[in-house]
Amino acid sequence: MSEPIAIHAPLTSRVGVAGFTVGIVIVGIIAVAAITGNQLVPHDAFTQDLGNRLKPPFWMEGTQAGHLLGTDQLGRDYLARLVYGARISLLIGIMTVITSGLIGITLGVLGGFFGGRVDDAVLFAITTRLSIPVVLVALAVVGLMGSGLGLVVATLGLLLWDRFAVVARATTMQIRGLDYVNAARCAGASTLHLLVKEILPNIASHLAVVATLEMALAILLEAALSFLGLGVPPPLPSWGLMIAEGKDYMFFSPWVIMVPGVALFILVLGINLVGDGLRNLLGSERSR
Amino acid sequence: MLLLIARRLGLGLLVALTVMTLAFMLTRLSGDLAISIAGPSATQADVEIIRKAYGLDRPLYVQFFSWVGRAMVGDFGQSYFFKDSVSNLIARRLPITLTLGLVGLSLALIISIPLGILAAVRENTWLDRGVTMFTMVGQAIPSFWLALILMIVLGLNLGILPISGTGTWQHFVMPGIVLAFTAIPALTRLTRSGMIEAMASDYIRTARAKGLSRARIIFKHALRNAAIPVVSIAAVQLGFMLGGSIVIETVFALHGVGYLGWESIAKNDFPVVQAVVLVLAAIYIGLTLLSDILNALLDPRLRTG
Amino acid sequence: MSALLDIEDLEVMFGGRSAAVRGASLQVEKGETHCLVGESGCGKSVTALSIMNLLARGGRRSAKRMSFAGTDLLSLSDREMARLRGNRISMIFQEPMTSLNPAFTIGSQMAEVLTRHKGGSRTAALERAVELMGRVGITAPEMRLGQFPHQLSGGLRQRVMIAMALMCDPELLVADEPTTALDVTVQAQILRLLATLKRELGLAILLITHDLGIVARVADRVSVMYAGEVVERAPTAELFRSPQHPYTRGLLSCVPVPGRVQRDRPLGSIPGVVPAIGPGFAGCAFRSRCSHADASCEREIPRRQAGSAHDYLCRLAPEFSEPQPA
Repeated sequence: MSEPIAIHAPLTSRVGVAGFTVGIVIVGIIAVAAITGNQLVPHDAFTQDLGNRLKPPFWMEGTQAGHLLGTDQLGRDYLARLVYGARISLLIGIMTVITSGLIGITLGVLGGFFGGRVDDAVLFAITTRLSIPVVLVALAVVGLMGSGLGLVVATLGLLLWDRFAVVARATTMQIRGLDYVNAARCAGASTLHLLVKEILPNIASHLAVVATLEMALAILLEAALSFLGLGVPPPLPSWGLMIAEGKDYMFFSPWVIMVPGVALFILVLGINLVGDGLRNLLGSERSR
Repeated sequence: MLLLIARRLGLGLLVALTVMTLAFMLTRLSGDLAISIAGPSATQADVEIIRKAYGLDRPLYVQFFSWVGRAMVGDFGQSYFFKDSVSNLIARRLPITLTLGLVGLSLALIISIPLGILAAVRENTWLDRGVTMFTMVGQAIPSFWLALILMIVLGLNLGILPISGTGTWQHFVMPGIVLAFTAIPALTRLTRSGMIEAMASDYIRTARAKGLSRARIIFKHALRNAAIPVVSIAAVQLGFMLGGSIVIETVFALHGVGYLGWESIAKNDFPVVQAVVLVLAAIYIGLTLLSDILNALLDPRLRTG
Repeated sequence: MSALLDIEDLEVMFGGRSAAVRGASLQVEKGETHCLVGESGCGKSVTALSIMNLLARGGRRSAKRMSFAGTDLLSLSDREMARLRGNRISMIFQEPMTSLNPAFTIGSQMAEVLTRHKGGSRTAALERAVELMGRVGITAPEMRLGQFPHQLSGGLRQRVMIAMALMCDPELLVADEPTTALDVTVQAQILRLLATLKRELGLAILLITHDLGIVARVADRVSVMYAGEVVERAPTAELFRSPQHPYTRGLLSCVPVPGRVQRDRPLGSIPGVVPAIGPGFAGCAFRSRCSHADASCEREIPRRQAGSAHDYLCRLAPEFSEPQPA
């Protein structure tokens, strides 16, 4: 007789799942385009054609057959450049998250697990890092050492670890004293074993959420740096650089900044939706 | 309370010193400064003269301590490019950045706090979801791109605001909007989640059981507690805004400290770069201190603790 | 004479699907201490909250009748209900540690009740607060006005809650497990205080508890709740002397009574767990755990009288056992 009470999901989590799905689809499509793009697009991202400059995209008058999204100020195919730019954005996003994640998680877990002096040092590092103006320092490093993809990744990776550290520290502190950790400790597990086998797997979900947010932030920052001319060097088609190059023509041909800008917006929105969905799913699991 | 401020102040000083060290190291990253300053067409003799003139021939630690020592009393040396003292440059540019920051922050608070409260008290309605969607969209819009769009729409198509420059108050409107926009999503979400947490708490149930009016429950009992996390994160947000102001000042050619930083990086003007990093860090440290004090005022548990 | 609080067939739904309270009926007379007793999850707190119209978001109440001193509570607007809360009906809660707002002083939180409902100056309200704090046994009440909740112990905070509930001289105090979170000694003090207040102020108290010891000590009358229904109502002495509903009997057999329980005989217990009640459920909710259950328990159950003020919800005829020899 005891039929279970229907467990009805709260509205937010259903909306969260929808957003999560949309986010996954967006990121998936962009990732596929980034990987297979040069096979799908009939043009090369670097070939200039000065006779065909600033041709508008397909929905506008005067469009050139074959150039679906038109051409830029040097006659390069905009779709080919956009797709290549997706590769740069994703590459930078992923590499930065790996670098900053390694630094931040290590610091955070150590601080949270050991507490005391170690934690004081970690906290101090976080505070110091937060007081450093990211954009300015990244600009300065690239400005002084010359631009390049690797340098941008290294700089952003060294600057964006703070949120990883904060979250890793807080979550480690929460589970440090829990029974299963103590049980493992009593069973004679080594500290390293505790950190890697007991702590990390249990804070991984929270860190996944941070990773998505940091990836979105890294992509936006790279675009900003490239836009200011101190990020990815030309002729690589970073979306930020495409916007910067199109800036001089934007009053007459607004689509030159619209196309890469909207692409950037959609990618970041997609990643954020994934992160938000993850957080909602985890949140509802944790609270009930 | 005083003890708390003193402790924070000490920590802030320590952080500032660390940032100074980092800023100093940063400018030595490129290798030989003298070559960079002299430029590509300089001869070996020119480089030697510059090295002597700027004191770059001294050991690194001597350079460092002399820089720190003078920076302590507000002397950041001479700009290589602007032919002026760095302190003068910053003193002239700082008011512009602070004005921009103030405009941006006020705008952000005026929009995000009511929006967050509204979403929280209407939790799970279409309005709440609309606000959440708005914050998601807002977070994904690149600020420099938004700036360009505003230039096209407000500056060119409608012609109601100047496109770039520093002259009048109108020059601050568009940059202020863009800067506010960088902080609104996060502040709105914070206010929303803080209010939702507060509204679900036992003391709000008590306030309702006391028969208080809805307005008093929301604006007195809930908001006061929701403000505590908002204030502590607001400082970090302001730090982000400061960082964002570099991009925005550059796009709009607004001659503030951020624009100065960008110019000096482009011109290899190291004393200025160092000083700008330090000034922005100092502002951030000051802001966190302020938010700590504000929080202690808001939360009696922190005052006695 | 009609009861001060008269509830008939109260139903509370959450999310439109699960019913937390299914047709509970309850009367609280003027000036009595009425205990609503039951296991956790049986719907007693939800019943209390629905009297105050303080159900959490998504909770809906409906009833055949729900009146307080002749006023129909169901037809009141939110604004009118707010005028009643804290004024003529007050409520205190199980969680004294978190029920006071951490950001405001005790004085300000107490004073606002009086100024909200009765008007008057803040000074007068603070004077009243001091008077009531003295009355509920708080030492140095003037000093407490400027203190914050975190500076007080749990017992003191619950006393503050009680004093705050009394600011407007209410006719009914709804107390939802007010002593559960407190030490046993503090528990006894609070219960004694409630008994004194009832006597001196003519206050009716609806005390929600799972503790039969408390019931025996303070209640004039008892309503026993099981799975969202009030299964038995009786004056306290009568309930303990001749419980009628199998659930009530089971409940009483779980309590060790010195002298009545043999040492080598195990204490009673009720087999099974509270069943989940889905929509469309009919009949007795206790039947899955009841040793007397048969097929007729799946049909509508009549309410039977076992005395002038004693009724219960079971198909079994009343049986009166002789008082057991002590």
